[in-house]
Amino acid sequence: MDLRELYQEVILDHGKNPRNHRFPDPSNREGRGYNPLCGDKITLRLQLDGETISDVGFIGQGCAISQAACSTMTEAVKGKTVPEFEALFDKFHSMVTGDEATEDELDALGKLAVFAGVREFPMRVKCATLGWHTLKQALHDEGSEAKTE
Amino acid sequence: MTELAPIIPASVKAFDVERVREDFPALHQDVHGKPLVYLDSAATTLKPQSVIDAVDQVYARDCANIHRAVHLLSQRATAQFEEAREKVRAFLNASKTTEIVFTRGTTEAINLVAQSWGRGALRDGDEVLVTELEHHSNIVPWQLLCQQTGAKLVVVPMTDRGEILREAFEQSLSERTRLVAMAHVSNALGTVLPVTELISLAHERGALVLLDGAQAVSHVDVDVHALDCDFYAFSGHKLYGPTGIGVLYGKERLLEEMPPYQGGGDMIRSVTFEETIYNDLPYKFEAGTPHIAGAVGLGAAIDYFSSFDAGLIHAHENAVLRYATEALEAVPGLRVVGTAPGKVAALSFLMESAHPHDIGTVVDAEGVAIRTGHHCAQPVMEHFGIAATARASLGMYNSFGDIDALVTALRKVQELFG
Repeated sequence: MDLRELYQEVILDHGKNPRNHRFPDPSNREGRGYNPLCGDKITLRLQLDGETISDVGFIGQGCAISQAACSTMTEAVKGKTVPEFEALFDKFHSMVTGDEATEDELDALGKLAVFAGVREFPMRVKCATLGWHTLKQALHDEGSEAKTE
Repeated sequence: MTELAPIIPASVKAFDVERVREDFPALHQDVHGKPLVYLDSAATTLKPQSVIDAVDQVYARDCANIHRAVHLLSQRATAQFEEAREKVRAFLNASKTTEIVFTRGTTEAINLVAQSWGRGALRDGDEVLVTELEHHSNIVPWQLLCQQTGAKLVVVPMTDRGEILREAFEQSLSERTRLVAMAHVSNALGTVLPVTELISLAHERGALVLLDGAQAVSHVDVDVHALDCDFYAFSGHKLYGPTGIGVLYGKERLLEEMPPYQGGGDMIRSVTFEETIYNDLPYKFEAGTPHIAGAVGLGAAIDYFSSFDAGLIHAHENAVLRYATEALEAVPGLRVVGTAPGKVAALSFLMESAHPHDIGTVVDAEGVAIRTGHHCAQPVMEHFGIAATARASLGMYNSFGDIDALVTALRKVQELFG
């Protein structure tokens, strides 16, 4: 088992210095995420203009995987439309939970492909998807809490 | 380190950790290409071969239901099941086997008392006292009971070292305290509560006491007679026995007064649609076919444990814990959480550079199994303002070498995240 497959430089960097680690001002959507397995909690806010995610940020504490996944996600989805986010969510989710991703699938995920190694660590999948579930919930069901179940 | 040879009966084995390790087959495997270092015994202990064989033998040879048929297999199964109850009685130093109820584990034992004793005994405004360091299984059953009865849950605060002090306990007791439910040993921090003193304080105020002994049974002496506790709960799987079997000890007079917890077979003397007459203790509380192999396995675990001088096991574990505490405190950026004097068997810690979950994954890759998370004790985490810790916990089979392996693995954490 090669830990460097999991803890890639990009992940270590974003884990230590998460980007968009603040609430956007203004914001009109909020989601809260909680991982009952480890107690990690994040709160994520975004500004949704029509169908476009104009700005997004999060505050929270967690492991390197969950912080880095949330950080890289905020970078990746800023400026995207809700359907574009949904498509990215599905690609990310299947990369970390499904069969091994193809080269093309990894290319489509860009920087997010650094999380491909997570699928070898089933106990850590929930860490990688916490931010994604929280954003999805913020877009669809404002006010409730996202679970990683 | 020199130790004087203790004077012990010839039938009792001296404590030789390398020989003990031979008895535990799960220790002899590689994980991720490294020899397994098991430091998660507070979650569950590994099982010696004699326990595995005892369970196996129930299914391979004496496979029958108990207390039912006249055939030989049923007689054998019944005899072994009841022998296991006697072994538990002797282990806890209870007066009678009627005071030993088999349950699925500590959790079910606590729920049994909450529902069977509590629903009849508690009135609106009565109080149930727990401590801040309880496992969720000694909090939630009482919350449910309080919702059902209008009683109030009161919490004894702990100190920043993770102790429950007499003064705080006394202040939390009131005229309305009907029951104190507290851990004998904390699962998250390893604190040993001064239960003898606290039990007598509770009794002076007329409150009953239930001890959650899940973390205590393998690490400290348990003598329910000397403790004078009213109920004592523990799980077989934290005493080198199988999962799915546990014990509720209760004073006979209390158990006699309590209604059954669940209805079903084996807990009745006679049933008509008009009236059911319940069976005697302890069967009144053992509805349905029990975990027969589990009970027999627990009996074998007690036999195994009792083949050593318990004092030697505890002394060994305490020596390893002291060694581990010093070794971990020497790791830069590492902080031990829970520093009560006299603590046993568990070391919760945090590292500046890495989250407990990342620590767990990195040390696992080195073959070292520790627990990370809130340890089902979220109020304890809340007290320290943290979400989780990493926890190394000990069993009788852990050696100084296991601690060296943990420290080496923690250096890898520092290399990666430092």
